[in-house]
Amino acid sequence: MTATPEPLLEVRDLRIAIPSREGEHLAVANIDFQVSSGEILGLVGESGSGKSMSMLAVMGLLPAGMRASGSVRFKGQEILGLPERQMRRLRGGRIAMIFQDPMTALNPVLTVGAQIVEAIMLHNRSLSRRELRSRALELMELVAIPAPDKRFDQYPHEFSGGMRQRVVIAIAVANDPDLLIADEPTTALDVTIQAQIVDILNKLRREKGVAIALITHDLGLVAGLADRIAILYAGRIAECGEIGAVFQRPRHPYTAGLLAAVPSIDADVARLYAIRGTPPSIMDRPPGCQFNPRCPFALPRCAERSPELRWFGENVVACHRAEELNLAPVTADAH
Amino acid sequence: MTVATSRQGNTARAGIKLPWLPWRSVTLIFALFVILSFIIIAVTIPFWSPYDPVGLAGRRLQPPSALHWCGTDALGRDVLTRALWGTRYSLPIAVLVLGIAVPLGVLLGAAAGFLGGIIDNAVMRLADVTLAFPPVLLAMAIAASLGPGLINTAVALIIVWWPIYARLMRAQVLNVKKLDHVDAAVIAGAGPLRVLFKHIMPLCWSPILVNTTMDVGQVILLASGLSFIGLGAQPPTPEWGQMVAEGASNFYSWWIALAPGLAILLVSLSSNFLGDAMRDVLDPRIKASV
Repeated sequence: MTATPEPLLEVRDLRIAIPSREGEHLAVANIDFQVSSGEILGLVGESGSGKSMSMLAVMGLLPAGMRASGSVRFKGQEILGLPERQMRRLRGGRIAMIFQDPMTALNPVLTVGAQIVEAIMLHNRSLSRRELRSRALELMELVAIPAPDKRFDQYPHEFSGGMRQRVVIAIAVANDPDLLIADEPTTALDVTIQAQIVDILNKLRREKGVAIALITHDLGLVAGLADRIAILYAGRIAECGEIGAVFQRPRHPYTAGLLAAVPSIDADVARLYAIRGTPPSIMDRPPGCQFNPRCPFALPRCAERSPELRWFGENVVACHRAEELNLAPVTADAH
Repeated sequence: MTVATSRQGNTARAGIKLPWLPWRSVTLIFALFVILSFIIIAVTIPFWSPYDPVGLAGRRLQPPSALHWCGTDALGRDVLTRALWGTRYSLPIAVLVLGIAVPLGVLLGAAAGFLGGIIDNAVMRLADVTLAFPPVLLAMAIAASLGPGLINTAVALIIVWWPIYARLMRAQVLNVKKLDHVDAAVIAGAGPLRVLFKHIMPLCWSPILVNTTMDVGQVILLASGLSFIGLGAQPPTPEWGQMVAEGASNFYSWWIALAPGLAILLVSLSSNFLGDAMRDVLDPRIKASV
């Protein structure tokens, strides 16, 4: 393989533990993934799979009591465990994050302009008020907020949900970050607005070259936006690779199940397929492969050992039976 | 469910509604009128005082008449004049006590709520100890040990009052801390001081403001109470509580206690109405249903 340029974000062996009286519970168990400059990585999984947690660990914002170990390298520098002061310089500067709920992500008592300006000012102390304002107006134009001059002095409650999300994005990209972490950016918005946000994210990637880590449970969103996809289940990576390859030829039963669960507009089924069972809670992880209680292809050895991530062409899969299984997306007929 | 306050009329309002008045209610107008008048009186009375508040004005123990609208007291001083001068003692006391107790309580409460841990524990336990005592009793005890005088009364009241605001502020900070936009600010790179002062505290003011407004009356009531039992203002200071005490000794000259008593009543009532109105504006969900 030719030497690849060093990835922008490289996460190795990330482990997030919640200490408790009975010992440790692992929210995230030794996951590896990476994001290269200018690429969009989709992190997909159900609630509790650890996708948001991993990103919070990258930002140094894990809730108190949780311990992260492993390696997180950003632009070659180890940032896990970096002192708070230095993390603060990264946050909002080189690494930015946008949240799920635009209705509450903005301070209700400050004008929208003031909040964008604050984001810029935190990393550019020397700019004058006029420069700050003009830079903020540029950002508002970048995210297609109409009449930025007027909107600058308005309060968040005067904006609709989609508009607020654009403001949140403007705040996030205020300082030209190298990496943008988007945590369920469209979940709280309706579909037509979703499309607009997707357009903006694409535009940002094209014009600014920003890499995006897209956390979502929406496979459709990922399909339209991401270059690569990492599928998490119960704190581990199930499958990771180039998105076309993964969607066309899933190698992990969970991936296949997820794809099969996406309702199709042309299929005429009596019953929508759903993977039977529920994901394990953090307190109650099964032995061996995390997915084995729900896996239609499970063998006894699946409960004995946790599968390693192995390469299959350009993709990695963590499944004991990856070579033998020939998975088309599992359909309702198979059950 | 009402989402925004309506500026026009509104059915669930405190007090009686007069449809032709552009304002909310009679109580609010009454309260503003009283408070503003008292402030104006306090500031201007030296220029138009009908009589000397501490000097002889007429015969002793005269009932209300054309010359003395509220009569004279046991030393021949005009009661109305003294009651009017009383504003110069009671209002500044309220301002002084609240002006120190509120910022003190707010800062300590915000620190406790925001920083948590040992600071939270220390501040809250201190507040608990202070609040464990009935406020009047505690104020009396402190005032008694410090000695008579209005300044000592003020100190006693400050000590009694700050924990209320500390508790209030701490509760607000804890609630606001959980809001998303606080996380968003941290993610944008804001440091803890900035987060506290720009993103948390500005959302915490409403209950503080409402409480402070209502406490003006409470402070005056308690200060007068302390003076009544001899721990606060000393004769010949024309302070209301003091005057009511004199009225108690000359019980059959009912007019001596009337004017100061009315004054205390008016101020307490007005500050309550004002606080109600503020709460209605700032927190429309919890409306007074009187």
